[in-house]
Amino acid sequence: MTDSSDTIRGIKDLPSTHLLGTGTPMCAGCGALEALHVIYDILGSKTVFVNAAGCMTLLSVYPFTPFRGSWLYTAMASAPAGAQGIRDALDILLQQKRITQEEDLEVVVLTGDGAAYGMGLSATSGSMERMLDYIYICYDNEGYGNTGQQYSAATPHAARTSTSHGVSGFAGYKKNLFDIWVAHKPAYVATVIGADPLDLAKKIEKARSMEGPRMIIALSPCPTGWDYDPRETVNIGRLAVKTGVWPLKEYADGEVVHTKIPRQRAPVEEYLKLQGRFAHLFEPERNEVLLAEIQARVDAYWEKVEVAEK
Amino acid sequence: MKRTLLTGNGAAAWAARLAAVDYIPAFPITPQTEIIETLADWIDTGEITGRLVTMESEHSMVTAAGSAAATGVRVFSATSSQGLLYAMEMLYTVSGWRAPFVLANVSRGLSAPITLEPDHNDILAARDSGFLQIHCASCQEVLDSTLMAYRLAEDERIRLPVIVNLDGFYLSFTREPVEIPDADAARQFVGSFDAENIRFRASAPESQAVAVLGGGPYSYFRYETHLAAINGAAVYDEIAEEFSRRFGRKHDAVEAYRADDADYLFVMMGSFASKAREAVDRLREDGWAIGLLRPRLLRPLPVVHLQKLLAKRKAVAVIDQNISMGMGGILHSELASVLYGRNDAPTVLASFIGGLGGRDISTEEFFEMAQSIRQAVETGQTPAPRLLYTQTELREVRKLQAIAQVERQQLGAIDD
Ligand SMILES: Cc1ncc(C[n+]2csc(CCOP(=O)(O)OP(=O)(O)O)c2C)c(N)n1
Ligand code: SF4
Ligand SMILES: [Mg+2]
Repeated sequence: MTDSSDTIRGIKDLPSTHLLGTGTPMCAGCGALEALHVIYDILGSKTVFVNAAGCMTLLSVYPFTPFRGSWLYTAMASAPAGAQGIRDALDILLQQKRITQEEDLEVVVLTGDGAAYGMGLSATSGSMERMLDYIYICYDNEGYGNTGQQYSAATPHAARTSTSHGVSGFAGYKKNLFDIWVAHKPAYVATVIGADPLDLAKKIEKARSMEGPRMIIALSPCPTGWDYDPRETVNIGRLAVKTGVWPLKEYADGEVVHTKIPRQRAPVEEYLKLQGRFAHLFEPERNEVLLAEIQARVDAYWEKVEVAEK
Repeated sequence: MKRTLLTGNGAAAWAARLAAVDYIPAFPITPQTEIIETLADWIDTGEITGRLVTMESEHSMVTAAGSAAATGVRVFSATSSQGLLYAMEMLYTVSGWRAPFVLANVSRGLSAPITLEPDHNDILAARDSGFLQIHCASCQEVLDSTLMAYRLAEDERIRLPVIVNLDGFYLSFTREPVEIPDADAARQFVGSFDAENIRFRASAPESQAVAVLGGGPYSYFRYETHLAAINGAAVYDEIAEEFSRRFGRKHDAVEAYRADDADYLFVMMGSFASKAREAVDRLREDGWAIGLLRPRLLRPLPVVHLQKLLAKRKAVAVIDQNISMGMGGILHSELASVLYGRNDAPTVLASFIGGLGGRDISTEEFFEMAQSIRQAVETGQTPAPRLLYTQTELREVRKLQAIAQVERQQLGAIDD
C-alpha cells in the first residue's frame, strides 16, 4: 500500500506485489480485476467496499474474501445508497466521539456498468447531489457480464452480445456516463483502464486526496464477454486507448482534461478485430459501412477535443 | 411525562426522538410524510441532534438505513404503501444483514387502483421479509410500540429490523391524547445501541452480506434469521412486561378484549379493531358471550398465545383488512395453520374481508358476522369466505359507471 504522502510519478512507484488476495473466481484475464488490483493497492485496507450485483460480487464468497479491509454487498441498484448509510454513520460516530479518526474508513462503491449506467443511476445521481464523500468505481465490461453478457447501456455500437446476435450486433450506442456524471459537478470524475496502470494509479491517488463524490469508470476488457483469448487483455486495453475508443480523461474544478491524447491514433479496426464480439464486422466479409461509422464516431470525438485544446 | 394531543404520525416522530435516534434516511409519501417533516423540524430547530437525509427513493432509503445500522448507529425511518413495496428487495436484504433499526409503516392500500386510504396489503407484503412487525390501534400504542421496537430489534437474541405499523388516516392523521414519557425514563428503557460485532471499523475489517455458494450455507443463514425472529415472541413478552412496570401501560402481543368467558370471538388487526370493540360492547349488552382478539405482534406470530386464547371457543370470525388474490384473508390462513390439528381448536374459523382501501365496517356488519358464526355452530357448516360489501355500495359504483357512460356518449366518445 502506498502512503498518501508518496506521489506516483513512474511505473516504479507502483507496488510490485498486490494487496488484494489471489485465488478469486474471476475469469482468467479479467480486465476488471486487473484494474481493481491497482486501485486496491492505492486505497488500501482502510476501506469498506460497497458492492452491487455483478461479477465482482463473487470476490467475497462465504467465508473467504480477498479484501484486507471491509466489504458489504447491497443489491444491484443501491450500492451508492449503501455508501451513504455507512458514510453518514461513520460521520455520526466520529462527531459523537464514539470512534477515533483512526477507525474511519474510505467508502468505496464497486459496481459494473449495468448498475452504473442503468439500474443504479438514480441512486448514484442522488449521492452526487448530496455531495456524498465517497469513491465510485465502475468496472465497465460493456454488458451484463454476470448474467452472460447481455447488452447494457454501456455496450458499444455493433457489439455482439447474448441479446444482440444479429448481423449488425447491438443497434444502440454506448451511453455517455462520463458526461452524465460530470453534469452533476462532483469532486472528481475520471476514466481509467487497467492496461495503463500509471494513469490509473495517478487518478486513484488524486481521487484519494479529495473529498466529495469521486467517480471512476474503468473500461474492463472481458475475455469471456468480449470473446477473446485471456492473454490479450492488456493488449486490447492498450489498443482501446491507442485507437481512441477509450479516451483517458478527468474532470475536476469544472474542467475536463485528457490525460492521454493518442496523437497517432491507430485505426479502430485493430481494437475490434481482436474481439469475437466484433467478428461479424470482418467475416464472412467486411462490413465497411459499420466499420466506417465506428471509425467516424471516434474521429469526431477527437476532432472536438483537438479543437477545444487549441 | 406529559399528556398531549398527538396524531399517530406525531406519536411515531416523538418515539424516534425519545429513542434518541442518530440517523433518519427519509422519503416522502402520503400518509407518512408528517413523520419525517416533524423530525426534520426538530433537527432544524436544534431540538434533536439526529441527522436526516432525504434519499431519492425508498429502495435507497432502506439500503441506507440498513447500512447505517450495520455501521453501528441507531436508525429510524418511515414509509407507506407504494414506498414499502418499492423498497421490498431491500427489506429482505437488510434483515439478512441482521441490521437492527425501526421502520414506521403507515398502512395504505396498494395500487392498482391507486388510493390514499388504508388497508394492510402493504405491510403484509413484507410479512416474510425478516422484519418483525408490530400493529398498532391507537396513537399511544404507536409511541409505546416504537420504543419497544428498538428493544426488540437491538436485543442480542434477535438483531433484526422491526416495522411498527399504523393505519393511514385513522391513526396517522387522528389526534388522540397521548402520554409522552420523560426523555430520561424513555432513554433508560430503550438503552443505548451496542452494535457489538455489527459495525465497520478500520481496526476490525468485516465482510457483511457476502455471497454464498450452495444451499448449505444459504439455508444456514436463513434458518438463523428465522430462529432469531422466533426468539422475538418470548423477548417481546419480557419487554412488554418491563414497559408496563416502567410506564403503567401493558401492550400484550395479542390484545384480548372481553374475551375471558367469550364463546365467540372477532379477530382483527390495527385501528379498525376499535370498531370491533364497539360491536363487542353492543353485542354484550344483548347477552352475547363475545370478545375480540387483536394480534399486535404479527412477526414473530405469537403462536402459543393465540393457541391459548383461541382454545375452546365455539366460533371465531377473522376479519382481514387485506386480500391475498386467489386465496383470501391472510390472517385467517395464519390462524388456521396455528390451530390445525388441535383438539381444543374452535370448530368454526370463518373468514371475512373488509376495510379495503379504508372502506368502513359498520356495527351492523359486525352483528351480521356474529350471527353468521353462531349459525355456523348450529348447522356445523363454516360459511364460505365473505367479502364485505353492501347493496348500497354496489349501487353507488354502478351509478358512477352509468354517469361515466353518459358523459362519454355525450362527448361522442362512444356510440349511444
Ligand atoms: C434487481 C436485480 N435484477 C437483476 C439481477 C440479476 N443480475 C445479477 S448481476 C447482473 C448483471 C450486472 O451487470 P453489471 O453491473 O454490468 O456487472 P457485471 O455482471 O458485468 O460484472 C444482473 C442483471 C439482480 N441481481 N438484481
Ligand atoms: S465475465 Fe468478464 S468481467 Fe466477469 S469475471 Fe469474467 S472476465 Fe471478469
Ligand atoms: Mg458489466
